[in-house]
Amino acid sequence: MDAKLKETILNPIFKGNPITVLVLGICSSLAVTVTLKGALVMALSVIVVCGISSLILSLLRNTIPGRVRIIVQLVVVAMMVILVDQVLKSFEATYAIDKQLSVYIGLIITNCIVMGRIEAFALGNKPWPSFLDGVANGAGYGLILLIVAFFRELLGSGTLFGIDILNRFGYVPNNLVILPPFALILLGCIVWVQRSIQKDLQEK
Amino acid sequence: MEYLSLFVKSIFVDNMIFAYFLGMCSFLAVSKNVKTAAGLGVAVIAVLLITLPVNYLLNTYVLAPDALIEGVDLSFLSFIVFIAVIAAIVQIVEMLVEKFSPELYSALGIFLPLIAVNCAILGGSLFMQQKDFLNIGEATVYALGSGLGWFLAIVSLAAIREKMSYSNVPAALKGLGITFITVGLMGIAFMTFMGISL
Repeated sequence: MDAKLKETILNPIFKGNPITVLVLGICSSLAVTVTLKGALVMALSVIVVCGISSLILSLLRNTIPGRVRIIVQLVVVAMMVILVDQVLKSFEATYAIDKQLSVYIGLIITNCIVMGRIEAFALGNKPWPSFLDGVANGAGYGLILLIVAFFRELLGSGTLFGIDILNRFGYVPNNLVILPPFALILLGCIVWVQRSIQKDLQEK
Repeated sequence: MEYLSLFVKSIFVDNMIFAYFLGMCSFLAVSKNVKTAAGLGVAVIAVLLITLPVNYLLNTYVLAPDALIEGVDLSFLSFIVFIAVIAAIVQIVEMLVEKFSPELYSALGIFLPLIAVNCAILGGSLFMQQKDFLNIGEATVYALGSGLGWFLAIVSLAAIREKMSYSNVPAALKGLGITFITVGLMGIAFMTFMGISL
């Protein structure tokens, strides 16, 4: 059981990463990666929403009739997202970031990772493993987000977490990196690197 | 004139895919051939066109501060109301299409229920809330424009992917990797529309 739990936690981080392998939740992941701060807040929000809604739905799994399960899932996830949004809005430090993330916090509701993990895992497993699975998938998502944000902030603004890194050496920020299309190209490169290491993921 | 400007802007400049990455999951999954891509595109236009005006009315007359009861701000409920409206409307559209046009239903069948969790639909409603449209006409034009933009994006990506299946892509880049990069390059092309106003 212990090995299985460990597998549940480690698999989504690299081998079964929700973004690069399962292609879930790309919608909201790219627009929030202009700065590391935004990416970090987004990653934490997804971890919280994913973990807790998996836990709740796993507890409810024997009482939900199969035909209305999608609506029940949407309601639970939407409730969690509202909670996260209200928490972010209520602190001065995070209020600005919440404004910057704009609609993308709300879009966690339709983030396929949350719904996908609930459908695929939480509805068929006990609460504790479901919670861990949700958190681990959120973390796998967050990892990719942070990698993309690292390069975009470093090359696009010459800073990391708002602290000057490259500009002091006379670096001229590359505006292309801040624009949306570059996030996709960067993600393509991440997929390329991962699939070069893990040959079994390559498509025919 | 303002409607035309909003319409053109929401198709090209504020394109759902290339500027905001909305609806990316189904965009990547269903763009393998042009015909199914066009089917999903049409379904997205139809659902956006119905849900956005409905959510606009709800937002203005129920959720906005002081709208329903003096001194009560219900805007924190907007996520849950919007997603419930979208899920309900998708269900109704599905039943209507099945009843009145079985051919269209069998063509769209699998995509219709999936649209409820398409970020482009919920994203449209959330942007509508943010943009403060003056009347329902503007909201409808915005819905039509962003739906058409999404349609345009998925059909053109599907066309490129059909052609790309004949080219020699590095093994590790095949499939997902090259698709990401292609979408990125298409996004750069779409950026030439930036700053256009009519």
